[in-house]
Amino acid sequence: MNKQRKAVALISGGLDSMLATKVIMEQGVHVEGINFFTGFCVEGHTHAIKKKDKAKPKRNNSLWVAEQLGVKLHIVDVIEEYKDVLINPKHGYGANLNPCLDCKIFMVNKAKQWIEENDFDFIITGEVMGQRPMSQRKETMPVVAKESGADERLLRPLCAKNLPATLPEREGWVNRDELYDFSGRSRKPQMALAEKYGFVDYAQPAGGCCFLTDESYSKKLVDLWQARGNKEYELDDVMLLKVGRHIRPQPHFKMIIAREEGEGRFLQGYKKDFISMNCISHSGPLTLLDGQLSEQDLQLAAQITARYGQGRDAEQVEVNIHLPDGTEKQISVKPLKASEIPQEWFV
Amino acid sequence: MSREILDARRLLCPLPVIRTQDKVKKMLPGQQLEVVCTDPGVMQDIPAWCRINGHQVLETITNEGEYIVVLQVGE
Ligand code: SF4
Repeated sequence: MNKQRKAVALISGGLDSMLATKVIMEQGVHVEGINFFTGFCVEGHTHAIKKKDKAKPKRNNSLWVAEQLGVKLHIVDVIEEYKDVLINPKHGYGANLNPCLDCKIFMVNKAKQWIEENDFDFIITGEVMGQRPMSQRKETMPVVAKESGADERLLRPLCAKNLPATLPEREGWVNRDELYDFSGRSRKPQMALAEKYGFVDYAQPAGGCCFLTDESYSKKLVDLWQARGNKEYELDDVMLLKVGRHIRPQPHFKMIIAREEGEGRFLQGYKKDFISMNCISHSGPLTLLDGQLSEQDLQLAAQITARYGQGRDAEQVEVNIHLPDGTEKQISVKPLKASEIPQEWFV
Repeated sequence: MSREILDARRLLCPLPVIRTQDKVKKMLPGQQLEVVCTDPGVMQDIPAWCRINGHQVLETITNEGEYIVVLQVGE
């Protein structure tokens, strides 16, 4: 009897990787999923922050996909290693700060290490030729295979027929005739295949699988790097860029102002790391202050914070300033008018 | 029955799931793990992860902003 072959599938939580996995499972291959957490994934945490999302608890799509397919899922924390991919992408960035090609190479390389350690035979991805402008072009497909070191052990079931046969096909571990030749940006073939397998309610991520494809998010990250004078970041930085209104009144300090209750609660958790402030004479948002602030800066920050509270039209608003060591002081300020906050201050 | 505790407070999903997964890898079948979190998302994600990987959720508790999942490691 032939040895049962084993494959690991890169599961992002979207439809394509779900289909690719299913196609190979149907051929009798044992498949397990792998998912990489870079810190920028759209999955997960944002729903925990925003209160308005609470009514509909958001599922983790990669776990959901794995459960639908009945495969194990290994989630790998790559936050630290991913920094180098994002900071120095050999192949550059896409439309925003998304280093998609380097990211793909990195993930396939991690999957290759994983199959070696776990005695699996090959790797599957849901890539479709021509689907994404940067990482899924005809020319870049071989680049991912080669630079990741996965070479012939990387199989893309949805577009395999457009590519030279890989090891699993040549060795007969999978039947090439039952693979696909999808290409281009149309989603129709995928939808048809989803229907064939009876998949409903799958996630349809718009831009991509992470925040780095988002323009406003990328702007905030560039601003952070510029202000610090280097491209280093920690997970907390990455998280805070997803939350609140970001205003930089001076090059040396930035304000993060909660836009709603859920964000306020989330920012509360950072009061030991940042100076924070909130109005006490009126209700208003919690603000975190990032940078070294003089008395004058604190005054300005309080006026801006007051602008976003119920006291925005009052003559004077009392603002409480909380230092990371727990000491507090109160100041009284006149809120700035909306027209007094220049557009350039908004990050 | 030995029960271990994992502190996953302040971590946002999927990190509590990753920490649970890494901890369970080092445990034996039948052992119990209590995961203490502050992200309510774990109430969905950890049970889903357990179903996929053959572990059993014994209890979920919500307690003053903390979310606790007790699981038993499967075979
Ligand atoms: S969208 Fe983000 S996670 Fe997806 S390939 Fe591009 S950089 Fe990587």
